[in-house]
Amino acid sequence: MKKYLTFSKRLLLHFTLIVLGVIWLLPTLGVLVTSFRPAASVAQTGWWHVFTHPFQQKFTIKNYAYILQRNVGGAMLGKAFLNSFVVTLPSTFLPISIAAFAALAFAWMKFPLRLTLFAYIVGFLTIPLQATVVPILRVYNKIGLSGTFVGIWFVHTGWGLPLLTYFLYNFFREFPHELIDAASVDGASSLQVFVRVIVPLSVPALASITIFQFLWVWNDLFAALLFLGGAPEVAPLTVALSTLVGSRGQGWELLTAAAFISSIVPLTIFFSLQRYFVRGILAGAIKA
Amino acid sequence: MIEVGSYFLHGERRVMKTRWFTPWLCILPAVILVTIFLAYPTVRTIQLSFYDRQGRNFVGLNNYWYIFRHKSTLLAIRNNLLWMTVFPSISVILGLIVAILADRVSYEKVIKGIVFMPMAISFVGAGVIWKFVYAYKPKEVSQIGLLNAIVVACGGQPIAWLSQRPWINNLCLIIIGIWIWTGFCVVIFSAAYRNISKEIIEAARIDGANEWQAFWRVILPQLKPTIAAVMTTLMVFALKVFDIVYVTTNGLFDTEVLVNRMYKEMFLYHNVGRACAIAVVLFIASVLILGYNIRSRFVRKGG
Repeated sequence: MKKYLTFSKRLLLHFTLIVLGVIWLLPTLGVLVTSFRPAASVAQTGWWHVFTHPFQQKFTIKNYAYILQRNVGGAMLGKAFLNSFVVTLPSTFLPISIAAFAALAFAWMKFPLRLTLFAYIVGFLTIPLQATVVPILRVYNKIGLSGTFVGIWFVHTGWGLPLLTYFLYNFFREFPHELIDAASVDGASSLQVFVRVIVPLSVPALASITIFQFLWVWNDLFAALLFLGGAPEVAPLTVALSTLVGSRGQGWELLTAAAFISSIVPLTIFFSLQRYFVRGILAGAIKA
Repeated sequence: MIEVGSYFLHGERRVMKTRWFTPWLCILPAVILVTIFLAYPTVRTIQLSFYDRQGRNFVGLNNYWYIFRHKSTLLAIRNNLLWMTVFPSISVILGLIVAILADRVSYEKVIKGIVFMPMAISFVGAGVIWKFVYAYKPKEVSQIGLLNAIVVACGGQPIAWLSQRPWINNLCLIIIGIWIWTGFCVVIFSAAYRNISKEIIEAARIDGANEWQAFWRVILPQLKPTIAAVMTTLMVFALKVFDIVYVTTNGLFDTEVLVNRMYKEMFLYHNVGRACAIAVVLFIASVLILGYNIRSRFVRKGG
């Protein structure tokens, strides 16, 4: 294809791409650099001084130590880091297990109302989750589930089911039926077929959808604000970070460190599992 | 993106041998949870949208009158419309540029990785990252925000970007959305672009079309269905945008959007009826956008 491009056009091509790439990188780079600079330098000079005046710079990890260990204006980043895992892990594995069983039944079992019930579950993909929060919150307030981890696990489980069921159904449908038949003839129960045949073959699909659901919950602010609230004992990273923005709006050395802490797990997944990550994001894009 | 038709098509089905209750055991947890956390609350939200602030007395369409008449909510609707037009268009254009140009260079993977990376970060994190880019200091001291440093270096006056109403600050927030979602467009368009038969493009070139004409006459028409699907996804996101606004301006300086307003109705003004009415407006708008997309799919397929 290159032979169709003249030298000047090729120059323009590289120029456009490199400029876009730099624009895309600079904001993140600025945050990363700033998070390692002492508060005094951050307030006085721009982060690019690290590159323009490299020999006058001091670096520190104090911002991270400070913010992870202390309650800064109602945000405890260290605790929030743990809370994010406490919120996210069950909110990932619960709905995926439940959706896997449902998808298996819809794909490979015969029962009345199969299509109706499938449409009932998957149809909720079109409904914005915002349309469900007020009544859930009212009930939660009455029965004491608001502000608890259990409460938000259930919310994310319910909300995740339409997409996860739909995705896994499409995946299970692709299995050759000989595989299922053979296992059934050997006298295996349906649970055994599921555990020994279907689950091992579904590892790539499960990995993609697990990464999607994990990141969706990890990065979620709306549900966390509503159902957990801002109390530092339960607040996950997204809530803690937004609390910090409210209380320390100009303390950029702390805000940038906090932003980086909140992104480190998603970025690690992105760099180590890029293929599954991309597929998971694409699969999940239709989530309402 | 939603293949509604696919599950009606499995006419001849081979099934697993199970006892009669096994399928019910498999689907029961999902059906119950969907009923509790999606079906019931949606119906209840619609119902509550016709009630007063405590959800006790019926007030008819009052909450809706308020939304479509009051200045502050109309402003939120205007901003959502701005988001829903500017944000998808620019993301799609940039996505197309990167997808098609990156296909011709050796560092394709690197550039796509860089553009896609923001998809991994939370919207809150992206909000903080960009708030720092937009940071403002009076002109007497040195700027620490990248954008103002550039403006000052070019001889201009520093600008408080996030309080410049009505257009600059809203566009600054929309840019954050574009920064996040362009990578998504790139990945989808790249895949679709690879599926276009290269022979057709070659044929156009042999007939004397230059790169520009090949793009407009051959590549773009073939990418149209994909672009429509991506546009839909982005418009629905723009309709429900919350985190970016909440963390950067919290709706101050005329940057309010519907979901942020809904959040305030719930926790600041304690008005259940109005919060639910906003939710119903979002619900209807979202169904209209998705419905339009699904309909145009069926029309294309000749169904």
